[in-house]
Amino acid sequence: MAVVHFDAVQKVYPNGFEAVKPASFYIEDGEFVVLVGPSGCGKSTMLRMIAGLEEISNGVLQIGDRVVNDIDPADRDIAMVFQNYALYPHMSVRNNIGYGLKNRAVPRDVIAAKVDEAAKMLNLSDYLDRKPSQLSGGQRQRVAMGRAIVRDPALFLFDEPLSNLDAKLRNQMRIEIKALQRRLGVTSVYVTHDQVEAMTMADRIIVMNGGVIEQIGTPSEIYQSPASTFVASFMGAPPMNLLEVTRADTGLRLADQILPLDLPDTGAELILGIRPEDIIPDPNGPFSIMVDIVEELGAHRLLHGRLGDQSVTVHVPKDYTVAEGVLRFAMPIEVLSFFDAASGQRVSR
Amino acid sequence: MTATLKPRKRLRLSTVMDHIVLTLGALFMLVPMLMVLQLSTVPDAEIIQRGPSLHIGDQLDDNFVKAMFEASGFSGKNTGVSMLMNSFILGIGFAVGKIILGMMAAYAIVYFRLRFATLAFWAIFTTLLLPLEVRILPSYEIVQSLGMLNTYQGLIIPLIASATATFFFRQFFMSVPEELVEAARIDGAGPVKFFIDILVPLSRTMIAAMFIIMFVYGWNQYLWPTMITTEEDMYTLVRGIKQIIQVFEGTNLPEYGRGNLLALIAVIPPVLIVVFFQSWFVKGLTESDK
Amino acid sequence: MKRALFSNIWLPVALLLPQLVIIAVFFYWPAGYAVQSSFYLQDPFGFGSTFVGAGNYQSLFRNNEYLKIANFTLWFTVIVTFFSLAIALILAVKADRVIRGAKTYRTLLMWVYAVAPPVAGFIAVIMFNQSWGPLTEFFALFGYRFQVGVNFNDTAFAMILTSIWKQVPVNFIFFLSGLQSIPRSVREAALIDNRSASGRFWTVTFPLLAPTGFFLLIINITYALFDTFGIVDTVVKGEPGNNPMTLVYKVYVDGFRGNDLGGSSAQSVVLMALVLALTFVQFRLVERRIHYT
Repeated sequence: MAVVHFDAVQKVYPNGFEAVKPASFYIEDGEFVVLVGPSGCGKSTMLRMIAGLEEISNGVLQIGDRVVNDIDPADRDIAMVFQNYALYPHMSVRNNIGYGLKNRAVPRDVIAAKVDEAAKMLNLSDYLDRKPSQLSGGQRQRVAMGRAIVRDPALFLFDEPLSNLDAKLRNQMRIEIKALQRRLGVTSVYVTHDQVEAMTMADRIIVMNGGVIEQIGTPSEIYQSPASTFVASFMGAPPMNLLEVTRADTGLRLADQILPLDLPDTGAELILGIRPEDIIPDPNGPFSIMVDIVEELGAHRLLHGRLGDQSVTVHVPKDYTVAEGVLRFAMPIEVLSFFDAASGQRVSR
Repeated sequence: MTATLKPRKRLRLSTVMDHIVLTLGALFMLVPMLMVLQLSTVPDAEIIQRGPSLHIGDQLDDNFVKAMFEASGFSGKNTGVSMLMNSFILGIGFAVGKIILGMMAAYAIVYFRLRFATLAFWAIFTTLLLPLEVRILPSYEIVQSLGMLNTYQGLIIPLIASATATFFFRQFFMSVPEELVEAARIDGAGPVKFFIDILVPLSRTMIAAMFIIMFVYGWNQYLWPTMITTEEDMYTLVRGIKQIIQVFEGTNLPEYGRGNLLALIAVIPPVLIVVFFQSWFVKGLTESDK
Repeated sequence: MKRALFSNIWLPVALLLPQLVIIAVFFYWPAGYAVQSSFYLQDPFGFGSTFVGAGNYQSLFRNNEYLKIANFTLWFTVIVTFFSLAIALILAVKADRVIRGAKTYRTLLMWVYAVAPPVAGFIAVIMFNQSWGPLTEFFALFGYRFQVGVNFNDTAFAMILTSIWKQVPVNFIFFLSGLQSIPRSVREAALIDNRSASGRFWTVTFPLLAPTGFFLLIINITYALFDTFGIVDTVVKGEPGNNPMTLVYKVYVDGFRGNDLGGSSAQSVVLMALVLALTFVQFRLVERRIHYT
C-alpha cells in the first residue's frame, strides 16, 4: 500500500514536445484514481512515468516515502496491466502469473501457492496449464490481473485494460476489477479514454487534456461542476449542453428569454452549461426547442433539437410522450454552470 | 478467384486446363531429377549404350557403396562419406553461426539505446548490398593470409559476413509488441533474462525458418568452397560435383552411375528439409526478404 | 526502434561485436582491398605492384573479350529473368486456383529451390551428353547436332535453360504467397465488378502483385548475375575456352586462374557498382511507388 505524490512532474520528449505539463497531485493510500482524457492527452505518459517505463524530465515522483525518479520499474513495487495484456505467448498461464515472482527469487512452493490463490480469486484455476492463445479475451484479461495480484504490489497500474474487450465483457470486467481493488485495498491508477469507465470505477478522477490536468475530483464533482468546457463536454454521454448567452440588464439572455441571474460582470463572454437531464419539459416553461430527432434508448429518450440557432440535447424519461416539433421547457437555475467563453474555465456564481 | 458465377461446363474446362499446366510444370521440375535417379540404378555400360531410359536397374546399392566409400580424387580422401560430412558441417555451421550472430546483433540494435546504433546499423546492413561473389578474390587473399585455407573456419566465417539473418531478426523483433518488454521489465527481468526467457522462445518459429533457409544456402555454396578448399578431404558434395564432371570427361569408361548417385546425395538432404518443413520455409523466405 | 529500451552500455556492444568484427574482416577489408587493387598492376609472379590509376579500368573497357562477355551477361540476365518470372507467374496463378492437389503441386513446383546450382549444371551436362543425352537426341530428331561445350550458342542455351529451371521455384513461392495475400474481399469485389477472368487478372491481380514482381525482378537479376556461377562452371566443365560466360565467372577466371589481380579487382568493382545501382533502383522504385499498404 502506498501513497503517490506528484510534485511538478513534467515530461518533455527529446524533440521538444511537452507531453505532460508540470503536474502536482496526491493519491491517497488505497484510492482508485482514474486518469481520463482523449488520446494524446498525456494520460498514458503519466502512467508510464509512475511505472518507470518513461523517464521523468522534471519534478519529483514519490511512491510511499521513496522518491522513485531513478528507480528501475522492477524495483518500484508496482504491477501493471497492459492494454493488450502483454502475456508471454509461449508460457502457460501458471508461468505467466509466476514469472515476476520467479525473477525475484521467490521459493518455488511460495510461487505455486500464490499463483493458485490468485487463480482461485480470478476463476482461472482450470486454465493454469493453458497457453494465452487458448484463452478468451476475458480470460486473458484475468491472467493479466493475476500477474499483477500475485506480486502484492504497493501500487496497481492499469493502462486501458478493457479497451480490447467487447461491450458486454467490458461492463462485467469493470465491476470485477473494482471489486477486486476494494477487496485488496491496493492503491490503483487506471488510465482510460472511456468516461463511463472513469465515472463508474473511480474514487477520484483526473481529467487531462493536451498534457494539462483539467480537473481532479470525485465522479460526482466532475459531473456536477465541471471545471472547464472541456471537462463538461468530455464527461457524460450525451455531453453537457453548452450554450452561448449574452448579458442583459436584468440577467443573461438565452435565445429570446432573459435568465434572472446576477453574475459578477467581468466583461467576459459567457457560456451556459446544462446537463441534458436537467432540462425539464414543461408546457408552461419559458423556453422552446424545435425537436428534430427523437432517439429511442429504451430506458429513456434523447431529444435532439435547436434552441434558437444552437443545438441542444434533452434527456426525458421513457414514459414521457414526445413528438417532433416544438417542445417547451424550463431550466432550474441552481443546476446551471457557467464558463468563460474565452478561456473555457468555470465561472463561479 | 475463378468464377463460381460461370456456367458449370466452362468452369470444368478451365479447371482441367489449370491441372494440365500445373502437371506440365511439375514434370518440367521433376523429370531431370528422376533421370538422375534412373541413371544411378543401371550399369555404366548400359548408360553409354542407350542413355537414360525407363529401365530401373539393380545397381543402386553397388553405386551407393562406390559413391559413399570410394574416393574420386587422387588423395583417396574425398569419399562420399567425407563429403557428406563436410556438407553437413558447412550447412549447419553456417546456419547456426549466422542465426546466433544475427540474433545477438538484432537484439542490440532493436532493444538498446546506443550512441553508435545508427552507424552499426548501416555498417551491418551495407553488407546486404554486395554478395560475396563480387569480392571473392580479395576475400580469398585475406583468408589465405590468415592461414585459414582448408579449414572449416575459413570456409564458414567469411560466408557469415553478411546481414541477412540480422535483418530478418530485426524485422521480427520490431514486430514483437513493446508491451512485452515493459511487462518483463516490471516483472523484474533484465536484458539478458528477457532475451533468454522471452525473446528466444518467442522466435522459435523464426529461428526454424531461418535455419532451413540458411542450411540450404550453406549446403549449396559452390564458388567459395571451390576456392577455399583445395585439399580433397575438405571437399563438400556440391564442391565435388565439378570433379565428378571432369572425371567423366577424362576417362574412357566414366563411372556415370556413381556420379549420378553422388549428385543425388548432394540434393537429397536440403530437398527433404525444404519439403518437410515447407510452411516454415516459405514463411521465412517470403517474410525475410520484405 | 522501441520505446522501452534497456540502458546498459556494454551489453549491446558485446552483442554487436562478433558481427562487426566478422564484417570488418571479411566484408569491408576485402571490399576495400578490391577497390585499392583495382588501381594497381600486380606483377604476375607476386613481386610487388605498380600504381596505374584508372589503367585497369581503361584496359577493361577496351578489351573486346570483356565487352563480349558483358554483352552476353546482359542477354543471359534478361532472358533468364524474363522466362523464370513468366513461367513462375503462370504456375502460381494456376496453383492458386486449383483446390484439389494444391499442396502436392506446391511441393512439386518448389523443391528445386533446394538444388545447388552446380548440381543443376551437372544435370544439364547429363541431359546434353554428346552421345546419349536425351535433349541432344531430341534436337537430333530435327536434324540439329547439339554440342554443349563446343558450340557457343548451344552452350548458352543449356546454361539459360538450366538457370531458368533452377530459378522458377523461388519466383513461384513468392508469387503464390503474393497471390494468397490478396484479401478475399478484394477478389470478390473484382468478381462482381469485372466479368472477364483475364480482365480481372490484368486490372486487379496483376497490379496487386506488382510489389512482389518488382522485388523479384531485382532478386532475379542478382541471381542471373551471381548465383548462376555454379551452373556456368559446370556446364563449361571448368573449361572456359571460347564458351559463353558471365561477368562473375570472368572475375574468377582472370583473378584466380590468370593471376591478374588488378584486372580482376577492377572487374569486381564494376560489379559492385552494378549491384549498388540495382539496389538504388530497388529502393527508389519499389519502396516508393509500389507500396499500397
